Amino acid sequence: MTDILQLVVAGVAIGCIYALIALGFVLIYKATEVVNFAQGDLMMLGAFVAFTFASIWGLSFWLAFPLAIATMAAFGAAFDRVVLRPIIGQPQVAAVLVTIAAGFVIRGAASMVPGWGTDTHALKAPFSDQVVRAGGVSVSSDHLAIIGLTAALCVVLYVFFKRTRVGIAMQASSQNQLAAYYMGIPVRRINTLIWSISAGVAAFAAVLLAPITFVHANMGFIGLKAFPAAVLGGFGSIPGAIVGGLIIGLVESFAGFYLPEGFKDVAAYVVVLVVLIVRPSGIFAEQRRKKV
Amino acid sequence: MAFFEVDGLTKRFGGLTAVDDVSFSVDEGQVYTIIGPNGAGKTTIFNLVSLIYAPTAGTVRFRERDLTSLAPHRVASLGIGRTFQNIELFEHATVLQNLLIGRHAHAHRNFMADLFFLPSVRRAELAHREQVEKVIDFLDLQAHRDSLVAGLPYGVRKVVELARALCAQPRLLLLDEPSSGLNVEETDDMAYWIQDIREQLGITVLMVEHDMSLVSRVSDRVLAVNYGRVLAEGTAAEVQSHPDVVAAYLGA
Amino acid sequence: MRFIFKTRYAQDLQVFKHSGSVFWNGLLAVLLVAAPFVVPDYYRTQLVFIFIYSIVGFGLMLLSGFTGQVSIGHAAFLAIGAYAQAILQGLGWPFFLSAPAAMALGAAAGLLIGLPALRLTGIYLAIATLAFGFVVEEVLARWESVTGGNSGLMVPAPRLVLQPMTDPTAFYFLCLACVVAVALAVFNLLRSPTGRAFIAIRDSEISAQSMGVNLAAYKTLSFALSAAITALAGCLYAHQIRFISPEQFTLLQSIEFLLMIAIGGMGSLHGAVLGAIFVISLPELIGAMKDVMPPGLAQQPGLKPLVFGTIMILVVIYEPMGLYGRWLKIRTYFSLFPLYRRGMFQRQKAYTKSERVH
Repeated sequence: MTDILQLVVAGVAIGCIYALIALGFVLIYKATEVVNFAQGDLMMLGAFVAFTFASIWGLSFWLAFPLAIATMAAFGAAFDRVVLRPIIGQPQVAAVLVTIAAGFVIRGAASMVPGWGTDTHALKAPFSDQVVRAGGVSVSSDHLAIIGLTAALCVVLYVFFKRTRVGIAMQASSQNQLAAYYMGIPVRRINTLIWSISAGVAAFAAVLLAPITFVHANMGFIGLKAFPAAVLGGFGSIPGAIVGGLIIGLVESFAGFYLPEGFKDVAAYVVVLVVLIVRPSGIFAEQRRKKV
Repeated sequence: MAFFEVDGLTKRFGGLTAVDDVSFSVDEGQVYTIIGPNGAGKTTIFNLVSLIYAPTAGTVRFRERDLTSLAPHRVASLGIGRTFQNIELFEHATVLQNLLIGRHAHAHRNFMADLFFLPSVRRAELAHREQVEKVIDFLDLQAHRDSLVAGLPYGVRKVVELARALCAQPRLLLLDEPSSGLNVEETDDMAYWIQDIREQLGITVLMVEHDMSLVSRVSDRVLAVNYGRVLAEGTAAEVQSHPDVVAAYLGA
Repeated sequence: MRFIFKTRYAQDLQVFKHSGSVFWNGLLAVLLVAAPFVVPDYYRTQLVFIFIYSIVGFGLMLLSGFTGQVSIGHAAFLAIGAYAQAILQGLGWPFFLSAPAAMALGAAAGLLIGLPALRLTGIYLAIATLAFGFVVEEVLARWESVTGGNSGLMVPAPRLVLQPMTDPTAFYFLCLACVVAVALAVFNLLRSPTGRAFIAIRDSEISAQSMGVNLAAYKTLSFALSAAITALAGCLYAHQIRFISPEQFTLLQSIEFLLMIAIGGMGSLHGAVLGAIFVISLPELIGAMKDVMPPGLAQQPGLKPLVFGTIMILVVIYEPMGLYGRWLKIRTYFSLFPLYRRGMFQRQKAYTKSERVH
């Protein structure tokens, strides 16, 4: 029983990471209908930035963490302005290709920065490497921190989107860009804002993940697991992204324990294929109807 | 034996009843028009007839054949063609390619033959091209034959949409607001073409329309709907003077 | 300025539309046939890779460029073709049997993902193909008794009928023959009802249905054909690199293929070839750049993805029609000189209008 509980906690924790990255995708998708294939790599960049602040520059963790988020938010905004704004008006395929290419660029560039390179670096949080015991279950403090902080972030984001004008403006511009322009919504500025929020969330996830996986240039590939998570929950749905992430995390955790070696990695993809066959738009399926 | 018959057609989208117990029949060779305010369910009726939506209740019969259980792509081979309100052309293809796709219902389905472009495929292609050219002549589209649809003005696109539907050599043609977005001259042309379609090509026309002068000019019978329900049916003059129709749609 | 005066409908069906096209293509044919005899071995090998990648490009272009079905798992079909060929040739099958068998296997795999993919669109389809790619990669790694697992598989020399083909020049011509055959086959599809149905599905599924196009049948067909073509490329690929293992057929490879046809120019056969030329020449380009760069920079393994990604972004922003589009513009400029106007290839801006009902 304690085994199962520990698997659940581990699964939920890693699921939270997937959920955070998936959240990043879905935020951008809901606002701009662009799928950001570079989300994992943004996370990787965030980890390196935090690493730079905390280890290379020697700042305190509690200073490096928000600083990394802020830096990545600025990067996200810059990315949108420099790369994505010029392609407004092009078909959506263009934006997807650009984000895929951006992933390549970020990966390539990160491995070339002196001090980062292709090595693996450690980035520990002050709450890392402790074991918490409760009711006979031993749980890593990293996992607990991930779960707790993710929950906190979700509350913050929920309030931001439901209770502010910006959130509503974002929904408008995602549903009909041209009409949003006519209504005086600064579509491009809103897009930039959503990108910076999304990049900030990626950095947040990065710092939570780094103590477990260490910081290295290929860290972003974890973003590939976040895709099935976002799709599982239904790509346009924020709660869906979170639920999807948790499901994938749990599936992996249990698969790693009960199934033979190596199935853990592919389990997530098998699950996503099965779900898509049964429910083509994910669990919280978005309704799509083209009016003719 | 009605050529085209709709009986008790009903469509519900969740709590919304878009089409409520609509029945009418169209005789062969007629031009039959459906009028009504926006949101009355006219295009929904069209979408039900062309099987894009499945009806909640009721039947659609074309030449004594019940359509409701068929797959959407079978409608074309039965002889029903349609145009779309918001123009659903193939934007990145030329006008000629759009029209040739219109012939798909009459094309062979043998992809292996296509891969090798056998002489039979070549012969078929030339035959399709002849048919398409007849439609191009009919609608005066010669100048735009090789233009990409994406660059064409709206009026021309409407005509291409009509041409594409005609290329399938339908027996029944569904026109969804053929004159919307057209200026007076283009609407005039459209009126002549609809009459020609009926007289020269022998095609029955079922259309949705807002322009009442066009309606009275070409229609044999008119059906007025509102809130998904039938208000009145009869000749154009009868329907236009019907009190319910005047109250709901035309104004005093 | 060339003006094509058309007198017969058959002219629109021709492969070469005018004498200039015949001349230039003929010249290209002569050069390609002469190449292995005059060019150093290294460049002959590069040409073979260009042929192989062009075939992949044709396959992916058929599915994504012409039918509009996104696929980021195409390396899976390349792998299936490669492994099938390696195993069958290892059993002694001649090329004329093993290649069609590999293609059939590829087509079956295409059906396997195509059928469930019928109800999927856009990002959901892309993720399904991505998942499929991962699963295939994993199967190849696990099924050690057949595929040799992660240790890989040695590939014997290609055996056409009886004798193994040890002459690389002969293999070059085999690849050239394949790429020409595939190009012709796809071109044939495009000038016949099947190809038009594909394009219709890409541009508007609803009106394609109204015109009588059976969406399910044609989408599945597109997947199967695309997979079969890519599997053929896999067969040739296996013989060229002589040793295959699952790590050559990863997601990164699939993404590279997609970027390849995008850079080349989506929606045109020339685009597939230009994209292949670009991808194969990229390491050369980077090598040439190394001479003008500080030595530390030049050695980095991250340089290739960096350059590839940057060029892709620049292409999307400044030349969305890809390399072929740029070539068209240049050619039109010269043929219409001095009447060329800057706005000639301007496309209409398409603003996103969500089809989500929320």
